[in-house]
Amino acid sequence: MTSELSVNDHIPMALRTEALEQILVERGLVDPKVMDTFIKTYETDVGPLNGAKVVAKAWTDPEFKGRLLTNGTTAVAELGFKGPQGEHIVVVENTDEVHNVVVCTLCSCYPWPLLGLPPSWYKDPAYRSRVVKEPRTVLSEMGLDLPAEREITVWDSSSEVRFFVLPQRPPGTEGMSEEQLTELVSRDSMVGVAVVTAP
Amino acid sequence: MTAIQAASGIADMGGVDGWGRAPRPDPADPVFKEPWEGRAFALSLLSMRLSGTNLDAFRHAMNRLDRDHYIDDGYYGRWLYGAENLLTDSQIIAPGTVEARAVNLSGGTAEEPPAPVPNKPPYAPTAAGSIRTLERAPRFAVGQRVRAKIQSAPGHTRLQAYTQGHVGTVSIVEPPQVLPDTHAHFIAENAQWVYTVRFDSHELFGPEAETFTLNTDMYEDYLEDAS
Repeated sequence: MTSELSVNDHIPMALRTEALEQILVERGLVDPKVMDTFIKTYETDVGPLNGAKVVAKAWTDPEFKGRLLTNGTTAVAELGFKGPQGEHIVVVENTDEVHNVVVCTLCSCYPWPLLGLPPSWYKDPAYRSRVVKEPRTVLSEMGLDLPAEREITVWDSSSEVRFFVLPQRPPGTEGMSEEQLTELVSRDSMVGVAVVTAP
Repeated sequence: MTAIQAASGIADMGGVDGWGRAPRPDPADPVFKEPWEGRAFALSLLSMRLSGTNLDAFRHAMNRLDRDHYIDDGYYGRWLYGAENLLTDSQIIAPGTVEARAVNLSGGTAEEPPAPVPNKPPYAPTAAGSIRTLERAPRFAVGQRVRAKIQSAPGHTRLQAYTQGHVGTVSIVEPPQVLPDTHAHFIAENAQWVYTVRFDSHELFGPEAETFTLNTDMYEDYLEDAS
C-alpha cells in the first residue's frame, strides 16, 4: 500500500473489509472469533458433501426417496441438515424425460445446508441472466449437452423456498454402496448443470 | 431514512442480454477465493443483527447499489457494500468512516467521523425466519391460471421483470412467508401464501425462444387470477 490512497479512490476490497472489521471490533460490536466460526463453518463443515449424502441415500432407500420428494425439508433434517437458507427445501427429480436446473436470477439464493455457499458460476451474471431464457444453450456452454428430446425445467428461486435437484443414478453403479455413491455425486449435478457419471 | 431502489435495477438480471457466455464450472473453485471474502461474508451476516434489520433489507441494500458497486468487486464485494448500507442506515457508522479508516490503514491520513447515535428501524419480527402460519386459505389452487402483475412502484420486490404481465399455472402451493416488499422496508411482515408458478418459455420470451418450462415463486400479492 502507498500513502497516496484517498477516500475518494476505489478502496481495494481486502483493505476495505479490514477497515470495517477493525472499526466494529474496536467498538465492541463484533467478535472476530465469531467471524472465524462463520467462515470455518462454510469452508469446512457445510458443503456439497451433505447434498451428496442425501442423493446417495435416495438412490439406495426408496422409502427415503419418497419422503424426500414429498417433504424435502423434513427428509433432509433426518440426516441432520437444516439451518440458514434451508427453511423450506423442495427436491426435484431428474428423469429420462425431464432435466431440472436451478438458478436465482435476483441474487444467488442457494440451499446452504445441503450445498454450502454457491460456487462462482452460480453467481455469474451470465448464468443468472441467461439460464432462464436459453437454458439448453447455457448448459451446453457449461459442458452439459442434453439429448434434444430431454425436456428442461428451470427453477428460479425468488422466495425462501430452496430447490435441490435429485440427479439420476448412472447406469453401471448397481453394485455400489451408499458411501461409494456419495463420492460420485458432484456439487454441480445437484444444481442441474451436470449429470452424475459412473467411475 | 433508508434509500429506496426502483423496482427493477441491476440485480434483476433474469432474461437480460449482454452478459456473455456462461462460465465452465471449476470443481476446485474455493468457497472464498481470497481471505477478505470470508471476512466480508461474516461481517455481512453480523451487520444484519447489528443494524437491527433483516435479510430482505440486506437484499435491498445490495439491489440499490449502482452498477459498479454491484458488479466490479464480485459477490462478496456487493455483500460488503450492502452491509455498509445497513450500518449507515441504522447509524451504527457514519458515512465515510470505512473509507477514512482504509486510508489511515494504508499509511495515509484522513479524519474519521465520530460514531453517530444509533437509529435502528422499528423492526420486531413475530418469529424467526421467513415462514409463518396463516389461518386463511390460499387464494389460488394448483392448476389455476394466474398472471404476474406489472410492478412499477419503487421499493424492494422479488417479482422479476421478465415474468411481469405473463400468464402461468400454479404448480405448488408453498408455505406462507413474510412479504419481502414490505418486510425489507420495515412496514409489515404481511405474511402471505407463496406459489410456485409454471410458465411456458414462449409465453415469457416469444415464439422463437428455446422450448422449456420455467418455475418460479410468486407471493400472493404478485398474482391475479387469469382462469
